Amino acid sequence: MTTTVIQSTPSSLTTLAPDNWKLAIIGGLGVSILACLALPATISFWIVALMVAIVAAAFVVNAYRRHYYGGLLAAPAIAVLFVMNIFPLLWSLGLSFFAYQSNQQTIRFVGLANYSKLLTDDLKAPELWANLTNTAMFTVLTVSVQMLTGFLLAVLFAKQFPLRRYLLILVLTPMMLSVVAVGVFFSYYYDPTFGIISQVIKAWTGEQFILFSSKTGAVAGIVFADAWMWSPFVMLLVLAGLVSVPTYLYEAAAIDRVGSWRRFWTITFPYIRGLLMLALLFRTIEAFKMADLIILLTKGGNDTMTISYHVIRIANEQNKTSEGAALSYLLLFVVIVLTNLYLYIANRRSQGN
Amino acid sequence: MATSTTTWEKLGFRKAFRVGEAGWGHTLWVALVSFIYFLPVLIIVITSFKVQNEALSVPAKFFPTSFFGLIPEQYVFTPTLENFTSVFSRAFTTGGAVESTGFDRYFFNSMFIAGSSVLLALVIGTLAAFGFSRYPLKGNDTYLFIILTTRMLPAIVVIIPIILMFRIVGLSGSYPGIIFLYTAFNLPFTIWMMKSFFDELSLDVEDAARIDGSSELRVFFKVCLPQVVAGLAATFVFGLILTWNEFLFALLLTGADTRTVPVAMNQAVAGGGIGVLWGLLAAIETLFLIPVFLVTFFLQNHLLRGVTFGTVKR
Repeated sequence: MTTTVIQSTPSSLTTLAPDNWKLAIIGGLGVSILACLALPATISFWIVALMVAIVAAAFVVNAYRRHYYGGLLAAPAIAVLFVMNIFPLLWSLGLSFFAYQSNQQTIRFVGLANYSKLLTDDLKAPELWANLTNTAMFTVLTVSVQMLTGFLLAVLFAKQFPLRRYLLILVLTPMMLSVVAVGVFFSYYYDPTFGIISQVIKAWTGEQFILFSSKTGAVAGIVFADAWMWSPFVMLLVLAGLVSVPTYLYEAAAIDRVGSWRRFWTITFPYIRGLLMLALLFRTIEAFKMADLIILLTKGGNDTMTISYHVIRIANEQNKTSEGAALSYLLLFVVIVLTNLYLYIANRRSQGN
Repeated sequence: MATSTTTWEKLGFRKAFRVGEAGWGHTLWVALVSFIYFLPVLIIVITSFKVQNEALSVPAKFFPTSFFGLIPEQYVFTPTLENFTSVFSRAFTTGGAVESTGFDRYFFNSMFIAGSSVLLALVIGTLAAFGFSRYPLKGNDTYLFIILTTRMLPAIVVIIPIILMFRIVGLSGSYPGIIFLYTAFNLPFTIWMMKSFFDELSLDVEDAARIDGSSELRVFFKVCLPQVVAGLAATFVFGLILTWNEFLFALLLTGADTRTVPVAMNQAVAGGGIGVLWGLLAAIETLFLIPVFLVTFFLQNHLLRGVTFGTVKR
């Protein structure tokens, strides 16, 4: 099977071959359009799906014959993501240019009015800005607490000691709880009358303690719950890095009497940097989307509204679908800028070494 | 590593422990930290054995027994299994009408949906990660970046079109719909993680296999895949944990028959006329925690030994 000569027959438009994707596209498009025009929507939908499958098959055969394995391997993943993420994204981009409410039948093209309303309206713009600042605050606070706690826990578990695996699973447990349970039970712990934290403080100071009575308290409560739940995630990734450092490096450093600070920066840190960045990225993304804990703990009271909860409220509770879509596109823009910044920094770092 | 230690020992330099090892003193210290960290979970587990008015008592009752009179009576509760039995058997009342909790069904749903979607994502994602790692496409980074951004939007953005889409295709409230959605939900994570594992593998071994006449398929299955088993385990656990507890998609896209436990739990919280039934809720959460806890525990060896593979430098 040593085919040194790569078959590069120029597939002209007219040859009927399984790898002729150009013909497949043209034929598929034609049949789809005809089906859409002639048949009812429910049948034509499946015909269009079939045509898409045929085109995809042509691409696959073509890629395989040309040894284009990269595309071949990535294709299923990209297809799933396209159907479930990118296509809905484009759909909601379209929706953001219309005036559409999910509880009404009317739909009307309004252009950029949704966006301009959000950005310039006297009532909505300050609210949006406040929610964005809140989100930024929550993101910075939770992620930094998580990174710090996770790192310290990982350092604690980096050594080999008796009963290690049993203790490790205890620390990992918060991550496995459902958000609903964490939210509900933290509101149980924070409760002014029967909550454990309030009881302890009451026994200490003698007066009733209501955590959510101030913004600081509410933010602290939410950040604490979120950081408690997700620090183990950071810990696991950092631990992966710490465990992978070959011990002979430390032994060599010990012989050379290298100080512990320098030992950390020159030996340990290069090993965990990649994973630390990965943890940072994933936690930042999740923190940016944080809504469920806030819904369960404060319901956005005490000025703890985040942008993502705001979107849910507009789109789901107030049924302003298109306005929600417009808002989420503003959000997407912010996220893309942030991620690009992150990737730029990460790439520059890795090229520097 | 081993040789260096033995040389040291031959020369007479004996350390108390090898580098990176610690004794029972360290265990004690870590046990204390772990216990404090675990405390909120422990309270949930304890609450699951309490009846409602003991769960709400002031001062809080922490101990199931008084340890032969060691603990004052006011901190002691009488443990009961009532909550666990009522999760499955006894119907609970919501504002008068008696209805079955149906949690046996919801537990099955959670297991089936999470398990199959994570496995599916693992298969598709590993293939894609291998592709991205070994056969970079034109604009590889752009693809990876787009894949990542799909994970960044608040779920609510995509959920409205998905609801409409599912309604047209007839997938709303069905198993394939939610499984397919969760697969997409897990893919970015899987791809990024598995790619980092593949990136760190030594290319020399693969080239050696190719020179010996292995096909690309064989290289993938016999050379690369065995080296990233630990990565697969780690990714599986992460994906399982995320999917197991996913709430928002499940809330909006599962029907009465396909409802998962977090959604049902939320309804149990919101639906009770007499406030939250803490004991019942704690029992549900405790039961819900057990499977994922066990999976993590048994894959932990892979996780710990294995995550090294992902980052060992050449």
